[in-house]
Amino acid sequence: MNEIQNDDQTPEQRVAGAMTGYSKEIGALSAFRLESCIHCGMCADACHYYIATEDPQYTPIWKVEPFKQAYKREASAFAPVFRWFGLKRAVTAEQLAQWQHLLFDSCNMCGRCSLICPIGIDVAALIEQARHAMFDAGLAPAELYTKAEHQQRTGQPEASVEPYREQLLAIGAQFGVAMPLDETEVDVMLCVPRTDIDKYPSAVAALGRVMQHLGVKHTFRSDALIAENYGYYSGGQEWQRAISLRLIEQAIACRAKVLLIPECGHAYTALRWEAADLYGKALPFQVMAVTEYLAIALHEGRLRLGKADIGSVSFQDPCQLDRKGGAGEAPRALMKAMGVDLHEMQNNRGFSFCCGGGGGVVDIERAAPLRYRTMEVKMREIDVTNSDSFLTGCSDCRNTFDDAQRHFGWNKTPQSLLELVATSLVPASDPL
Amino acid sequence: MDLLSFARGPALKIAMGVFFVGVFWRIVSFMLLRIRREYSRPRASLLRYVSIGLFATASRSWPHPQFIKRTGAGEALGYSYHMGLFAIILAYGPHIAFLGGLLGFTWPGLPSSVITGIAVVTATLFAGVLYRRVTSPVMRMISNFDDYFTWFITMLVLLTGLATSAHLGARYETLLAIHILSVDALLIWFPFGKLMHAFYIMPSRALNGAILARKGAAT
Repeated sequence: MNEIQNDDQTPEQRVAGAMTGYSKEIGALSAFRLESCIHCGMCADACHYYIATEDPQYTPIWKVEPFKQAYKREASAFAPVFRWFGLKRAVTAEQLAQWQHLLFDSCNMCGRCSLICPIGIDVAALIEQARHAMFDAGLAPAELYTKAEHQQRTGQPEASVEPYREQLLAIGAQFGVAMPLDETEVDVMLCVPRTDIDKYPSAVAALGRVMQHLGVKHTFRSDALIAENYGYYSGGQEWQRAISLRLIEQAIACRAKVLLIPECGHAYTALRWEAADLYGKALPFQVMAVTEYLAIALHEGRLRLGKADIGSVSFQDPCQLDRKGGAGEAPRALMKAMGVDLHEMQNNRGFSFCCGGGGGVVDIERAAPLRYRTMEVKMREIDVTNSDSFLTGCSDCRNTFDDAQRHFGWNKTPQSLLELVATSLVPASDPL
Repeated sequence: MDLLSFARGPALKIAMGVFFVGVFWRIVSFMLLRIRREYSRPRASLLRYVSIGLFATASRSWPHPQFIKRTGAGEALGYSYHMGLFAIILAYGPHIAFLGGLLGFTWPGLPSSVITGIAVVTATLFAGVLYRRVTSPVMRMISNFDDYFTWFITMLVLLTGLATSAHLGARYETLLAIHILSVDALLIWFPFGKLMHAFYIMPSRALNGAILARKGAAT
């Protein structure tokens, strides 16, 4: 249990409440998904945790086993029979505690398992729902729980020496890029990954630079600067909603037509696909990934790109943007316009392996040894492309690969696609 | 009433009653649960994502090239015995006569010798399915009573059918009665276990495919 979770309930009471809540809230679609599974086990063959370890506990559908048990006992067609005859036992606190490792430490919520199922079950959606119940049971990992709690309360996942607002302005001054703040009547509202502010300020500057190049009226908002959503990672739906609402309200306040998601895959899922559902109605603005937005500007002739001097490149498709988000062609259009010599990995676009850090796993300290094992699958794929360097469109991927570089002494440095775009801009006054 | 009359009389009627009511309730029970509305702006048009969902009913029958090395053998085994079962149920003369009695029309079948050959191959493949389930660490871990009992009852129908057509081990009437009783048992078990995937597989592929396609996601 989370030591920080503070209520009068015992762990057993909390787990019982969470499982009853799960069964009541499950909904027709998830029930259908649970009902349809034929236990073929093929989802294991899509999961990098199983591929790297061959440990059957990492079979994706096994990760929701206690929740299947709770559903059958509480809400399925023959639930009374299962209960009366003791055919399905109530899920226990000990059982669920064991599953914390499977649902958080060893799942990036990457969705690759959903592509292999012969029944067509979206296993990743079931795992995401199971994380909600784990959170309600007080079983979200402490790293994710504390960051989510801090973010829903303050807007940023952790306290910082200087407020992010000041850091953003300092980055603007350092790189000579305007960082409009708290303006209204804008075309585009921007936010940034906290990872970029902390580790990759050049990526923040690149975002400002490309917006400046496009000449659209844009702004950051002091009260909604951070793109990541630790409520989403931790399974805390109410906090996910609160964190999303902060951005939604600010986008409405500045009358933005577009809320632009920077290079951050999970922020894209949280805002593009889940925020409106949590908001309870359609959003009065568009949510777009920065690569999508730039690809449209390129197509319309507003984004002018010259040749990039980068040599051969492989590209890490962020799972949430491509496989789960459908935005996989945009980065390729940008790379093509810059004349990038792209060496695709064996598994690319929708079939790409996760970097290993997604789903909040990179934040969970105890998960690091297993994460490094799974990352070797991905690193091998990158190595065999024989590319000079590799790009990604997600700061979490970048951060995870940077960590791998340090851990393995790997000779590859991940680079930001957005930064490459920013360095390849051709002013309107110059010929292409 | 002799055993055969019982098997194809009251026992069959009860089994079919359980089958129809059970299947109906199993489907209706989750449809009564909450259906969430999607408020996010779809990437694809309604026509496009519904079409992709419908296409997924066929495309998910064949593994994506990225997975085929790991899952090809398992899928081949699975689809092979399913095809065998379909052939036996739908192309064997006595089965056609039985189904024709229920539906009011019949169709041409395959010679009995061919069906017997298919049944032997199917039973062998089906034994392979059990072997795989108990020897694969993944499948062994995720398997439960439903998986083993469903396998047992399906194999029972298959073997009693083979014994009946070959007049093996007892009087034909006794063998036929046992075979029909095994079918009755299968029909009674059907709504309670994984045999329900017969009704779920196509809607599942279509629905999940359409939901993913709505986002422009990989299907």
